[in-house]
Amino acid sequence: MKKTVRLFVLFVLLALVVGACGTPATEAPAPVEPTQPAAPTATEEPAATEEPTATEEPVAEEPFRVAVVMPSAINDLAFSQSMYDALLRIQEEMGGESMFEIVYSENMFVVDDAAAALRDYASQGFDLVIGHGSQYGSSLQEIAPDFPETSFAWGTTVDTFGLPNVFAYEAASDQGGYVNGVIAASLSQSDIMGVVGPIETGDAKLYVDGFVLGAKATKPDLQVNVNYIGSFSDVALASEAANTHVSAGADVLTGTAQMVVGAIGVAEENNVLWFGTQSNQTSLAPTIVVASQVYHWEVVLAEMIDLIKGGTLGDQSFVIDLANGGEVIEFNPDYTVPEEVQALADTTIQGIIDGSITTK
Amino acid sequence: MISDLFSVTVLVGILASGIRLATPYLYAAIGETFGQRSGVLNLGVEGQMLLGAFAAFYVALTTGNLGLAVLVALLVGAIMGLAMAFVTVNLHAQQGISGIGFYLFGLGMSDLLFQKMLGTVETVKGFPKIHIPFLSDIPGLGEIFFSQNLMVYGAYLLVPIAWFVLNKTTLGLKIRSVGENPEAADSLGVSVAGIRYFTIVLGGTLSGVAGASLSIALLNVFQQNMTSGLGFIAVALVYFGGWRPWGVLGGALLFSMVNSLQLWIQVLGIPIPSDIAVMMPYVLTILVLVASVSRVRGPSALTKPFERED
Repeated sequence: MKKTVRLFVLFVLLALVVGACGTPATEAPAPVEPTQPAAPTATEEPAATEEPTATEEPVAEEPFRVAVVMPSAINDLAFSQSMYDALLRIQEEMGGESMFEIVYSENMFVVDDAAAALRDYASQGFDLVIGHGSQYGSSLQEIAPDFPETSFAWGTTVDTFGLPNVFAYEAASDQGGYVNGVIAASLSQSDIMGVVGPIETGDAKLYVDGFVLGAKATKPDLQVNVNYIGSFSDVALASEAANTHVSAGADVLTGTAQMVVGAIGVAEENNVLWFGTQSNQTSLAPTIVVASQVYHWEVVLAEMIDLIKGGTLGDQSFVIDLANGGEVIEFNPDYTVPEEVQALADTTIQGIIDGSITTK
Repeated sequence: MISDLFSVTVLVGILASGIRLATPYLYAAIGETFGQRSGVLNLGVEGQMLLGAFAAFYVALTTGNLGLAVLVALLVGAIMGLAMAFVTVNLHAQQGISGIGFYLFGLGMSDLLFQKMLGTVETVKGFPKIHIPFLSDIPGLGEIFFSQNLMVYGAYLLVPIAWFVLNKTTLGLKIRSVGENPEAADSLGVSVAGIRYFTIVLGGTLSGVAGASLSIALLNVFQQNMTSGLGFIAVALVYFGGWRPWGVLGGALLFSMVNSLQLWIQVLGIPIPSDIAVMMPYVLTILVLVASVSRVRGPSALTKPFERED
């Protein structure tokens, strides 16, 4: 009797977790339910939009259906948000939900759960299934051959595994990093700057290396202290890393990935300038954010969608950069950059676009 | 480069950072110490912290009242503690598993509330740094010890209080006896269930405060899963500290100091790969744990549900 009560309580508890939570727990099937308990945002109701398309199939033009699996939240002001915002912009362009359906699973930091979600979306017949994170690559490599009619995309990478239905995309984040570095170095007075990075790999490393290169190109004697905290989520350590930089004399900071929100707070507290990347981070600290490199994935997504409509499902890789408009340096309108620095930023961007400046 | 480590700026920086980093660990681990001394392992600390962090952040953002924010975090933690106590004391659920259940609940619920009620990462005006007059002007020491925010001071104040309660009061004696030999305590008229309810709720309350110390004092921002494993490290620190408040303090400080040391190692450009540097605090913790494990014995009744034999 007691045992059953215990079991029952545990079951209820787990059910609560599965039902209510927005995060993938260890229960693999939960986050991939087509009804999307994980994503109860008002703007898209996959369950609701799915049914009419199934019944009225022959009448209207079918919407293009995209599913995306992301490692963090759609509102992380960083990597995941950059993709979600891009999808929303495409949706607007294509004429709203009836023409372009978006379904997502966020916070899929457990790769196994993500793999289950990807497979689930593929079997639901989505036109394009995106694994937005380089950690999902090996899962896609396994899943994609089982669904030859479905197009997959993943990033950030250039590797399509040679599969006919896998696209790859990446950001030349070194370019925006370089521009940020040039502006930052011009504004630094102590000639010491600090970088808060997550793990020394991929997109983060590209950005950081680009930033350092740009800074050094502007002021060769300037010192850039780089710190990788070993985590994409440890906000507390990121904030303490920023404190460390400030103690070391830095008067300009930058950083990449979603845990930097902690570092931005420290920058604001110490009145130190901040440069953002991935998404526009001005809203977090309007007084000290100078500029953000913002990813506009819609540039490559639009190309992919056109290809898919034309019958090409993959085997191509794409890069967003300053030249194709996939990367944009967005300045904080409330922070006035001196004219000569603005001019230097513009010529740097131009130089990168025409190839006279290399950022790697 | 290595010699840079021994400059005053760096040493002060390491110590000041370490003191701050240890704050949430202290609240959570002291709370957990009470629970474990009475025989209950609560692995749900992380979930309680997340809910406390969100609650405090939300109240601070909407009302601007930091005192109220801490109070609400306390309450939320206490409610989580009550639920945990009901499941483990009344229903005799396996403590490890139900704790993980509560962790997942807190993780998911804080995320859901965040999405529904805020929707995006925002910042809030949290507890400011308090510069204690005169003392904060002492070179070095002033920055380390006397220029922190209120919640940092609170965490360190908690350690002697916890020590006193556990070792010098009747309540402490009851807590310890319930954790060592609940049958004997019961036969002497101590309410095992009552004591365990008290310690688990206290643990939940302090975990809630630990979360608040992140969201409205140290970081002033809320993000999904922002505790990032902190709660589990707090549980480990209880073992590390030999179930004693001062030991927990030592463990929390050691772990945090090594963590801030590795931040400086990278900043100073000492040629150690970042992947190795970030491992340092964890490796050291394991080493100390291995070295000290034979020395201290945990509460005998830890994780064992108590069932009265009539």
